[in-house]
Amino acid sequence: MSHLLRSPAGRQFAILVAGTAVLAFVPFVLPADRHAVAVRTLTFAIMAVGWNIMSGFGGMFSFGHAAFFGIGAYADAYLLVAHGISPWVAMPVGGALAACFGVAAAFASLRYRLAGAYFALATFAFAQMLLLLVANLDVLKKTEGFNIPILAEPSWAKLQFAQNSNNYFWIPLGLLAFALVVNIVLVHSRTGQFVMATRDDQTAAEALGIPVMRYRLVAVAVSAALTAMAGVFYAQYYLYVDPDNAFGASVSVEAIVPAIIGGIGTIWGPVVGAMIVGPLSEVTASILRDPPQALAFLQGKSGLDVASYALLVILIALFLPRGVYGSLAARFRR
Amino acid sequence: VRGTPGILLAALAALAVLATVAIVYVAGGKSPQLVTQAILTGILLGGVYALVSIGLTLIFGVLGIVNFAQGTLLTVAMYVAYVLVTAAGLNVYVATLVAIPVLFAVGYAIQATMLNRLMRPGGTEGQLLVTLGLSLLVANLLLLGFGGLEKTITPPLNGNLHIFGAIAPISRVVAFAGAILLAIALTVVLQKTRLGLTIRSVAANSQGAQLVGVNIRRVFALTFGLGTATVGAAGGLLLPFLSLTPSTGEQFTILAFVIVVLGGLGSVRGAIVGGLTVGLVQTVGGLYLPGTGALLLVFAVFILVLFFRPQGLFGSAP
Repeated sequence: MSHLLRSPAGRQFAILVAGTAVLAFVPFVLPADRHAVAVRTLTFAIMAVGWNIMSGFGGMFSFGHAAFFGIGAYADAYLLVAHGISPWVAMPVGGALAACFGVAAAFASLRYRLAGAYFALATFAFAQMLLLLVANLDVLKKTEGFNIPILAEPSWAKLQFAQNSNNYFWIPLGLLAFALVVNIVLVHSRTGQFVMATRDDQTAAEALGIPVMRYRLVAVAVSAALTAMAGVFYAQYYLYVDPDNAFGASVSVEAIVPAIIGGIGTIWGPVVGAMIVGPLSEVTASILRDPPQALAFLQGKSGLDVASYALLVILIALFLPRGVYGSLAARFRR
Repeated sequence: VRGTPGILLAALAALAVLATVAIVYVAGGKSPQLVTQAILTGILLGGVYALVSIGLTLIFGVLGIVNFAQGTLLTVAMYVAYVLVTAAGLNVYVATLVAIPVLFAVGYAIQATMLNRLMRPGGTEGQLLVTLGLSLLVANLLLLGFGGLEKTITPPLNGNLHIFGAIAPISRVVAFAGAILLAIALTVVLQKTRLGLTIRSVAANSQGAQLVGVNIRRVFALTFGLGTATVGAAGGLLLPFLSLTPSTGEQFTILAFVIVVLGGLGSVRGAIVGGLTVGLVQTVGGLYLPGTGALLLVFAVFILVLFFRPQGLFGSAP
């Protein structure tokens, strides 16, 4: 046991197990009206962990993770509504579809050495194209979207429970733990080391004989599949999917922001970031509902939540590029 | 495709557009009047797109910054014009003249206080995040300040022009003329003035420019300011015929990127040609693909260009 804890991977797994165990008790102490925020925070965290694998560890800045999230959400809605297939099947199916799409899009982009800003724009365009495609396809109900039928009885097979059921917290917690396990295993594997070498210095990696393209695509595939999982859960939680809430640019932003705030290229950064961004919207919402004297003019307005995390993103990009967790971790290591 | 000179490609593209239009007329199965209307609307719409893209292409071409906030700054310009029109009773085109220096100052400040910190190599991510953050921040501050309800003004110039049996609203024609004027003005500034020479030298080799005594940080800020001043002009020109909400400008950001990549980074005439192309694809394509289907075509074109000619029509080979 003690020698296990001495390795970095062992320590990270220990933190993961302990953290998950502690978080599992959150639903018992959380007031019922905070439930939705907790679930949103977990969804943000899964998306950000997914994004971070491609963009943080892989160094390919994606502005189109909505594509993967949306593929997951639509795979779930379509399979369930049209064919009665369980969301548990939609997770691997949606994940595989998203991974295939991501690999194809990234291969096309990287083959032409699109980098930096160009790469980000290309991912953005791919996500936007999927949005438009879905909005024009009859099979996927165009702009109307899918309503997932509400069942009379809670069902594990159909991943549907009573509103505010604790299962709606534990399932994304489990998915987040799974995503983190994948992330930790990947980072300490040979594959992950190659991915990071490719990010740090492509020319040197190539000179050492690392097949750069292959390892980049691995990072994209893993990242896409994990993000699609979040999409499947999202569809099941909100019971409604349309092109904008699945493929919209704001979805991509939701995957990026927690990772940036927490710290890109770190295991725990996206989780820490999600824990900041998720509750932030709740805090600002309560300010707007019942503003203090100085902010009385804000009563009943909307937009403060996004404005505040946008401000955080700007400040972090300017002054703390390693993010909240990343900077703290770097200080402790010294 | 990558090595072919831009002029040749542009000529080919123009030929292709003409051929497509001819085919649509002869064998398209739509009434000729409908087609003429679509083409006219497309050209006028393209002018609007060009107007928004000109500033973006300058910023992208000289600074290498993908300015995600360009559309939101357009919204800001529209609100500036809106407030001047409704609160101060100015004519909207006079308000436009006020909005231009305001937006120049905003752009200058953004570059001088924030983006100049991130101009080092490897700063791309930071630049993306700052402009993205600004876009979200400003749009939501506008939402807090003005609410989400649509605002409109009564256009000072009502009525329509009739061209070949198609209808062109005068305010749209004015916006189109404004785009052309703006493109000419910007080209003159870039080609004939000392400032333009400095900007071009920084774009070509910022280190070299610095060595011969150019204050490149100031030039960066001036360039960004010029780029946002163009949306200052665009805002007032668009206000008479667009209803205004805090998210009005966002739709333009995406299309402006398509246009800039299509036309070539930093190329003003590329932005005009790209804008017209996208406008035409959207309206003529809209004859056959209703709703947002035509936009799908636009993005297909974008991705093709990105892969086969990432420098765009008028850009030089990287």
